[in-house]
Amino acid sequence: MDLKTETDALRKVPMLAKLDPSKLKLLAFTSQLLTFDDQEILFEQGDPSDSTYLVMRGDVEVLAGSGEDVVVAGVLGANELVGEMGVLANAPRSATIRAHGQVVALRIEADMFLDLLAENPSAALDVMRQLSGKLARSHKQFEQLQAEVHRMRSLRHDRKPG
Amino acid sequence: MESTIFRFVLRYSRKEQILLLLMTFSAFPFLYVSLDLPKTIINEAIAGKEFPQDLLGQSLDQVPYLMTLCGVFLVLVFINGGFKYAINVYRGVVGERMLRRLRYQLFERVLRFPMPQFRKLSQGEIVSVITSETEEIGGYIGDSVALPAFQGGTLITILVFMFVQDPVLGTAAIALYPLQAWLIPKFQRRVNELKKERVLKVRKLSERIGEVVGSVRDVHSNDTSQYELADYSQRIGEIFYIRFEIYRQKFLIKFLNNFIAQITPFFFYSIGGYLVIHGDLSFGALVAVLAAYKDLSAPWKELLNYYQIKEDARIKYDLLLEIFEPPGLLDERLLSEDPERSPALEGPLIVSNVDLSDSDGTRTFAGSVTCSLDLPCTVALLGPEGSGKHRLGEAIAGITRPASGSIAIAGLDLLRAPEAITGRRIAHVGQQPVIRSGTLRENLCYGLLHRPGQVPEHGSEEEQARRERERRETVLSGNSPYDPAADWVDYAAAGVEGPEALTARALEVLTVVNMEHDVYELGLQGRIDPERHPDLVERVLAAREELRARLEDPTLRKLVEPFDLERYNTNMSVAENLLFGAPRHPGFEVEQLPRNDDVMAVLREFRLERDFLDIGRKVAAVMLDLFAGVEPGSPLFEQFSFISADDLPVFRGLLSRGEGRDAGELSEDDRRLLLSLPFKLVVARHRLGLVDESVQRRIVEARQVLVQRFGDEGDGIEPFERGHVNSAVSIQDNILFGRLAYGRARSAAQVGALMGDVVEKLGLRAALMEVGLDFNVGIGGSRLSTSQRQKLAIARAVLKQPDLLVLDEATGALDGASQDAITRNLFEEFRSRSLFWLLHRPVLASDFDHVIVMGDGKVVEQGEFDELTRAGGPLAQLVAAGHA
Repeated sequence: MDLKTETDALRKVPMLAKLDPSKLKLLAFTSQLLTFDDQEILFEQGDPSDSTYLVMRGDVEVLAGSGEDVVVAGVLGANELVGEMGVLANAPRSATIRAHGQVVALRIEADMFLDLLAENPSAALDVMRQLSGKLARSHKQFEQLQAEVHRMRSLRHDRKPG
Repeated sequence: MESTIFRFVLRYSRKEQILLLLMTFSAFPFLYVSLDLPKTIINEAIAGKEFPQDLLGQSLDQVPYLMTLCGVFLVLVFINGGFKYAINVYRGVVGERMLRRLRYQLFERVLRFPMPQFRKLSQGEIVSVITSETEEIGGYIGDSVALPAFQGGTLITILVFMFVQDPVLGTAAIALYPLQAWLIPKFQRRVNELKKERVLKVRKLSERIGEVVGSVRDVHSNDTSQYELADYSQRIGEIFYIRFEIYRQKFLIKFLNNFIAQITPFFFYSIGGYLVIHGDLSFGALVAVLAAYKDLSAPWKELLNYYQIKEDARIKYDLLLEIFEPPGLLDERLLSEDPERSPALEGPLIVSNVDLSDSDGTRTFAGSVTCSLDLPCTVALLGPEGSGKHRLGEAIAGITRPASGSIAIAGLDLLRAPEAITGRRIAHVGQQPVIRSGTLRENLCYGLLHRPGQVPEHGSEEEQARRERERRETVLSGNSPYDPAADWVDYAAAGVEGPEALTARALEVLTVVNMEHDVYELGLQGRIDPERHPDLVERVLAAREELRARLEDPTLRKLVEPFDLERYNTNMSVAENLLFGAPRHPGFEVEQLPRNDDVMAVLREFRLERDFLDIGRKVAAVMLDLFAGVEPGSPLFEQFSFISADDLPVFRGLLSRGEGRDAGELSEDDRRLLLSLPFKLVVARHRLGLVDESVQRRIVEARQVLVQRFGDEGDGIEPFERGHVNSAVSIQDNILFGRLAYGRARSAAQVGALMGDVVEKLGLRAALMEVGLDFNVGIGGSRLSTSQRQKLAIARAVLKQPDLLVLDEATGALDGASQDAITRNLFEEFRSRSLFWLLHRPVLASDFDHVIVMGDGKVVEQGEFDELTRAGGPLAQLVAAGHA
């Protein structure tokens, strides 16, 4: 894998697509290309958000919950960004990420990532749009779930007297 | 010290000065004869008529007579010169010896200063006084007696000669002396005042420089550099004007002196000429007098000079006394006495009426301390800041010696006990311990350097003779009779037999202060010195093989890329791959390689230069592309760029110049610039795909040649060889014998753990800790962390096995866990000895046998913790406040 491949991969990330190609190249150059074995942890929930990862090859699992109740809440694949929310929000990692099979990922330093977005207002606006979209989707999911919960409760409630 | 410089001179160099005088006086007859001879030559040999002349029973004709007299003259010139030389050399020796004595006495006094003196006197001032102010005093001392005797004697000899020739001429020669003797001191007095002022200003300047250097962080963090510069300018400006004024006055004196001296010949020409014309004086005598008068001006000038130097030295000495005679200077006996027997400090400790105030009244307390305890026991000493608790701790440890009251243990008066007892039986660790430059080991042993032990064997006879000479000179200067090269470590005080046992004990003590892991890490970062630790070589090699065997495991293999002479290592830079070793000479450092003709020649042999130039161009192009838009001050340059922000335009110019041209056509400078780039490339890390397999293969081939040519001992490269340790890289690198593979997130931690296992298994840990003990801590321990410095200071105190250890908030900089562990260990270590602990957390006092609470210089409460807290007095308040 070389700088060009990585730069191309970065360009495919929607959040970064609008950035100047030379900036993306710099981002790739200053990032670390890491290999993770199956089941190896990329980062743990609660860790400081010091970087974001671009999955180059393989899949990673998003683990939610803690202790015994860990469940795989989602799977992310190639060309997807992981951990960028924590970096943007300057908050600790909200979930644990684990490699599923061998994974190659580009580790982008948080400072580099933020500087790059801050330098480029249109990219930042794009990030905002995407985050809003993400938020809207989450919101919708949340409403759906709530409706579901409501429905199940009422079902149980209905059944109770009988 | 002697009250004036003259007394100092007389007391310590009387014999030498007398010898100098004798030498001086024995020179005068020859001087007189050499003055008289020219007259004889002119009057009798040249102008004479009666020949042959009788000379020592020989009758000689005119020419042989003249030649004989001239021969005698020549001999006299030699004799006079010889005397001057011998006197000057001896004078120099005496001066230097006295300077050495003075400097010794001053420094010895610094060690005897009472503590408050250090609050008034800065380090800068002391340094400035001892080093530079004394210099001129020493110069004067050599001259003090002999120079006025010699020059005065010369002057008198010449004058006597003149009077003998003709009393009138003699009187003429000294006619103006009274005027000079009256006028010159008047001007000199003004100069003296100025000099005094200058000395004081220079001292303040030294103090100021010391202060700024010490607080340089504050200068930067507050943007006060311009203020400091302005203040400094003001100070050196003041000194400038003082010096300027001194010069003016001094040269005015010289001018007056010269002017008056120039007038005197007027009398010779007029009076002397008159006498010759009238036949009352021979022509030869007048010539001789004139010649003698010319000789007169030199000693006169010297005497004037002497007078000025003398005044200068007198003032400096007086000013020196002002600070080196402080009230409360410790008795010399307290430092030097070395009692045969020093009993263990056990039994009743009785502190009565100890006044903790400063002797000079800068800090006073209302009360005085009175309390008693039964040692051994553990005591918590508490109190608000300003209660005098730190002072009490220092007084018990013998650091300060309060003027009134007494502190006695089993009847031994600590305030009057020599430091040979207080400094060995009691240890004190302060809040901000001062660590000395040197190794960890030296710092640990510092508490044991009491008196010299075994003097090392000095090889050759020559060496022994030299040492003996030096020793005698030391005695003549009244310096310390001890040999600093001796083994000063007091093994018995540490409870061990010799050096090896001491090391083992030191490692134990490091465990007590929770520092053993730190030292182990330092050991890993240390170098192997095959001479010092010959056994370590084999063991490190064994660890290397063991680690390599473990890394054979398929899950671990990818963590490390081992060194292999036959293979290109993608986790090393091109330069490292090429040299395949550590540079021993600066010429083989990465930055210097393009200028290293030997290396470049090998590159050419393997047709690599052209490739490197091409790679260099490509790297430059990539860097220009990547970093063109980056702010010049950005840390990215430092971290990632091969080219600094300043050099970017240079390379841009270079690339455009070379566009479309063959690399071979570039200028020598351009080529060097380009060649500097590929050396830094690490294939696995930089992922630029510029170092292809063909280049890698040839680099490996070139490496073999380089190692062969420059890999021998004393050459530029210390190669990585599987069967040998490399003393130019750390032990950790020696064991790893490879590079951590790029691209594994947790490789460093995994390999570190693996290495720890190997070290443990091979029993290498103790040996590594010994290497750690040789770690150089830097000036003031700057290469250690604050907590490491605190731990080291405690360890130093524990190693000397005191009966009583005073800890003055000595663990404040440590984290909670370390504090707890160290406290536990110290309680265990001092189970049957005494601990005095000034606590920064009052609640910790519950673990101690006894609690003393201080307030305004006196004990306000003492007893057991539970009792006192129940009573709801000062301790209860402190504890409550500590929790708040």
